[in-house]
Amino acid sequence: MKAHQRKLDIRNGCVDLSHGSGGRAMSQLISGLFHEAFGNEWLACGNDQSAFDVGAGRMVMTTDGYVVSPLFFPGGNIGSLAVHGTVNDIAMAGARPLYLSASFIIEEGFRFSDLKMIADSMGEAARAAGVYIITGDTKVVERGKADGLFISTAGIGVVPAGLDLSAGNARVGDRVLISGTLGDHGVAIMSKRQNLAFETEIVSDSASLHEFVASMLAAGGKGIRLMRDPTRGGLAATLNEIAQQSGLGFRLQEASIPVKPGVAAACELLGLDPLYVANEGKLAAIVAPEVAAAVLAAMRVHPLGRDAAEIGEAVADDHHFVQMATSFGGGRIVDWLSGEQLPRIC
Amino acid sequence: MKYADEFRDKEIALGLAKAIRSEADPEKSYRFMEFCGGHTHAISRYGLEDMLPKNVRMIHGPGCPVCVLPAGRIDMAIRLAERPDVILCVYGDLMRVPGSQGASLLKAKARGADVRMVYSTIDAIRVAEEIPGRAVVFFAIGFETTTPPTAVMIRLAEKKQLKNFSVFCNHVLTPPAMQNILESPDIRNIGRVEIDGFVGPAHVSIIIGTEPYEFFAEEFGKPVVIAGFEPLDMMQAILMLVRQVNEHRHEVENQYSRAVTRDGNLRAKEEVSDVFELRDQFEWRGLGLVPYSGLKLKRAYAKYDAEVRFDMNELRVADNPACECGAILRGVKKPVDCKLFGTMCTPETPMGSCMVSSEGACAAHWTYGRFRDHQQRRAS
Repeated sequence: MKAHQRKLDIRNGCVDLSHGSGGRAMSQLISGLFHEAFGNEWLACGNDQSAFDVGAGRMVMTTDGYVVSPLFFPGGNIGSLAVHGTVNDIAMAGARPLYLSASFIIEEGFRFSDLKMIADSMGEAARAAGVYIITGDTKVVERGKADGLFISTAGIGVVPAGLDLSAGNARVGDRVLISGTLGDHGVAIMSKRQNLAFETEIVSDSASLHEFVASMLAAGGKGIRLMRDPTRGGLAATLNEIAQQSGLGFRLQEASIPVKPGVAAACELLGLDPLYVANEGKLAAIVAPEVAAAVLAAMRVHPLGRDAAEIGEAVADDHHFVQMATSFGGGRIVDWLSGEQLPRIC
Repeated sequence: MKYADEFRDKEIALGLAKAIRSEADPEKSYRFMEFCGGHTHAISRYGLEDMLPKNVRMIHGPGCPVCVLPAGRIDMAIRLAERPDVILCVYGDLMRVPGSQGASLLKAKARGADVRMVYSTIDAIRVAEEIPGRAVVFFAIGFETTTPPTAVMIRLAEKKQLKNFSVFCNHVLTPPAMQNILESPDIRNIGRVEIDGFVGPAHVSIIIGTEPYEFFAEEFGKPVVIAGFEPLDMMQAILMLVRQVNEHRHEVENQYSRAVTRDGNLRAKEEVSDVFELRDQFEWRGLGLVPYSGLKLKRAYAKYDAEVRFDMNELRVADNPACECGAILRGVKKPVDCKLFGTMCTPETPMGSCMVSSEGACAAHWTYGRFRDHQQRRAS
């Protein structure tokens, strides 16, 4: 006898409460939609957990929730974002991501066709990154109890021997490198927000960065002190965090910070500052001055780092200020963001 | 970015900075108030203070509509939003403005009040059309710049015969507030006003023109230069003010001539006077009650007036007595002179108007000025 009498009606069907109840409908959703999209030997075993071998050395683990609105945006959707975001959190330790888990909280009435599109792009993003989604969970909540779909992913990776990238590592004189233009993700999301929609060619920069990171490590070795992906709160939050954690300050040159004209224009219109707008495929690296040029060159030959730039340096400052020489000729502080610039960006 | 980069040119800025340095008399001190939050923002964003000589000081004025909204009006809005039949539509930057006892619309929303962030007045109309069963109230704030869109929207609601739409009107006027800074009874307590000239509003003046400032310049003997919001506009306006002070002139000059005329936007002024009338007085955070400084809906539009429709009681909450906003706004004190600054009053927990929005004098000092103090201490 077949496990399921009728196929999942992906084109016209939608999720109902039975798909989260542990019964046949749930099993059909998992095997018909998620396994199909993620397809790997671990999931095929159908266990509540997955077993895998580990090698020697240090491992990293991270977890992240995704509540982005809208679910689909130029350059990606919540699914690809849920893979890229977690892969990047692993990559910022210089680690190679191996396995992810994915947990879905789905609102009753969510269309199968949308869910499939999201699961497919998760699968695609995972394959492109060389990671496997090896365990997961599905819950369905009543209408009005979740905004369509929330995804939570966790991931683990291995750190190459001898590498220790950590937020407290920056030293006075280190250089600040960024991998490309700021604010693309935030502006792409905003351009699709209800009540705010505007026309722009900007697409999200959402991407997995671990291979890019590996190429940087190859060029900079131990001269690379630490890396961070400037997501919520933008570059401003990232550098303020590092300044606090490393006990120093930063001095930036506004003129050398790359921002796409479309992003600059959108920020101008909305009264935002690109330094505070979220990115999902960019990183900031603090590197020793003697390797800065080599790392920057390695970044620029990689497709994810074409617009990479050196934007400033770490300075002694017991107030841990992030200061910036403006393009206009004055100086200012790049402070933490107060409050919320725009909610639910990832 | 075309039409923006031209007004942010470093070389021209350095030229203007040089001219200000050479023309400002080192024996004199020049204290200019920029009234608008937009100007304050340009000063901080582009670091203009670094480009001015020490004896030319900018005093950040009360011209940010969010900052000047008193706690009582926020409390009124919260009470309104807590009614189950009401949806309150507000601009995002109002969400965190403190009412009394740490209340805010953001907190009210978390407790279940239906408060929705909108980006334009027309969004509120849209909500009212989509949800005819609930009363949709637009929390209207702002100076002369945002008043015409509210007027247009009220007329649109009338045309569409929208029965579930109304406006909680908090629109205020610039010239009476400028006047209050120079002549309110509070000055008796502070003793003096240390302002030598005003950088006049940009967008407000597009609507009202330069004419309303003429009386002001004449009566109080203070120069006014209307300036645009770009950093070069500011630099040029400061130079023009320095020249007026040096030449003992007190005129209204228009630096922002690419957008501002003497008469302003007649059509917009007409829309406003059709729908609104003056209140006898209106409370400003930091300034207190300012005569003839606020607008309300005319009786003909009473059904769109949330204060009438929901029988809202006027709430007054006294500013913290230790708060020095009044003296800071008059140039007599600096943010660091206030006991609350950086202790009870921070950008995360603002109390006075000057800390509420990033454009306020205290918030700007907290974010940017502390650093400058620190640099100066180091240098000395």
